[in-house]
Amino acid sequence: MDFSQIVPALPALMEGMVVTLKLLVMAVLGGVVLGTFIALGRLSSNAFLSGLAKAYVNYFRSIPLLLVIIWFYLAVPMLLNWITGDFVPVGAFASCLVAFMMFEAAYYAEIVRAGIQAISRGQVNAAYALGMTYGQAMRLVILPQAFRKMLPLLLQQSIILFQDTSLVYAVGLMDFLNSARSRGDILGQPHEFLIFAGAVYFVISYCASYIVKRLQKRLVV
Amino acid sequence: MIRFINVHKWFKDLHVLNGIDLQVAQGEVVVVCGPSGSGKSTLIRTVNQLESINEGEIWVDGKNVTDPKTDLNALRAEVGFVFQHFNLYPHLSVLDNITLSPMRVKKMERVAAEKRAEELLERVGLAHKKDAFPAQLSGGQQQRVAIARGLAMQPQVMLFDEPTSALDPEMIGEVLKVMKDLAESGMTMMVVTHEMGFAREVADRVVFVDHGRILEEAPPEEFFMRPQHERAQQFLRQLLTPMN
Repeated sequence: MDFSQIVPALPALMEGMVVTLKLLVMAVLGGVVLGTFIALGRLSSNAFLSGLAKAYVNYFRSIPLLLVIIWFYLAVPMLLNWITGDFVPVGAFASCLVAFMMFEAAYYAEIVRAGIQAISRGQVNAAYALGMTYGQAMRLVILPQAFRKMLPLLLQQSIILFQDTSLVYAVGLMDFLNSARSRGDILGQPHEFLIFAGAVYFVISYCASYIVKRLQKRLVV
Repeated sequence: MIRFINVHKWFKDLHVLNGIDLQVAQGEVVVVCGPSGSGKSTLIRTVNQLESINEGEIWVDGKNVTDPKTDLNALRAEVGFVFQHFNLYPHLSVLDNITLSPMRVKKMERVAAEKRAEELLERVGLAHKKDAFPAQLSGGQQQRVAIARGLAMQPQVMLFDEPTSALDPEMIGEVLKVMKDLAESGMTMMVVTHEMGFAREVADRVVFVDHGRILEEAPPEEFFMRPQHERAQQFLRQLLTPMN
């Protein structure tokens, strides 16, 4: 084992990490927003809306993430081509981002739904009694409370997503794992680089989990 | 101000409101009492349509609340509602609890809304608590904030749904005092309560409800001294004789 080549490779690996984190942050934000709308749809009294939202959640929770990534990589350009008539290259990053957003939204939706249901019915009633519309009641009263309760779960899910971002190697996106792997291959030290990458994933995920657990304790009190 | 015309409501097979006819005039204080499960809470919640009805009509301030064309949000903004469990927004300070709807629903300026909120807190004796959060207040204090929150919308009517039932005995008085002051200021009020002392002292009329029907409707002295209906007599006996 010779780890001496890792230090000179750090700037390149850092670039990979930037791609990973960019993907993660954008996918989490997009996924939570989309997931919130899906959760509201599922809780809607409109049978069509709630059925659609339920189908969405069940569909994306029943297929492998890897499949979604590949499928979007191939399908998004095709769809755009079909809509605009031009061939628009979207690139691996954009298609992966859409795939993660839509896939994770199904999981976030379930967390958000549970969070909303945990807020007492009296809060909605109070908001309505004070003249608020459904949208105002959700935005000003229910969701701020629900998100406070859900924060640890949303973050925990996002840590899982952090690990899952590595699946983008399937479409050739140079994220952290992929740049470590290719760097290791080029230098003929694949094992060292993979071990290093594993250690980095472990340290980041473990620390993040620890912070989330601390946060959870503080929110309970 | 409020008018129920032959109102019916069913929860599945249960006939919770069975032909309610009732009027509350401007400036009047009407106390609704009755055994638990009699439908009195459901009745008061139909006024601002927190509960829908199956049959009949309810008019508030000249508007038919059961007409689908009525702007329910605008109507609710005119009807203050105080809940048994206060239902203050736990994530907001006392001041923000009170100013939220005036600012977001009535589009009041923050400065004006806060000024009014501070006046109302003064009125309920909690001016010093404006920056506290609901969890830091006692039940009685929370309910007084809830009353101030309702008043901040400058309602035409105030509805109280068992406002003291969730309170420790020593806190009931402070809430009833705020309600009494409010009644004396001329507010139209409909109050569901078991506080018969309050009813006797403040109400213009007492309405006795059982099994979804109004069985008795009389001025307080008459209701307490000469209840006509057997169920009302029984109810008063149970309420006035402590169990021990």
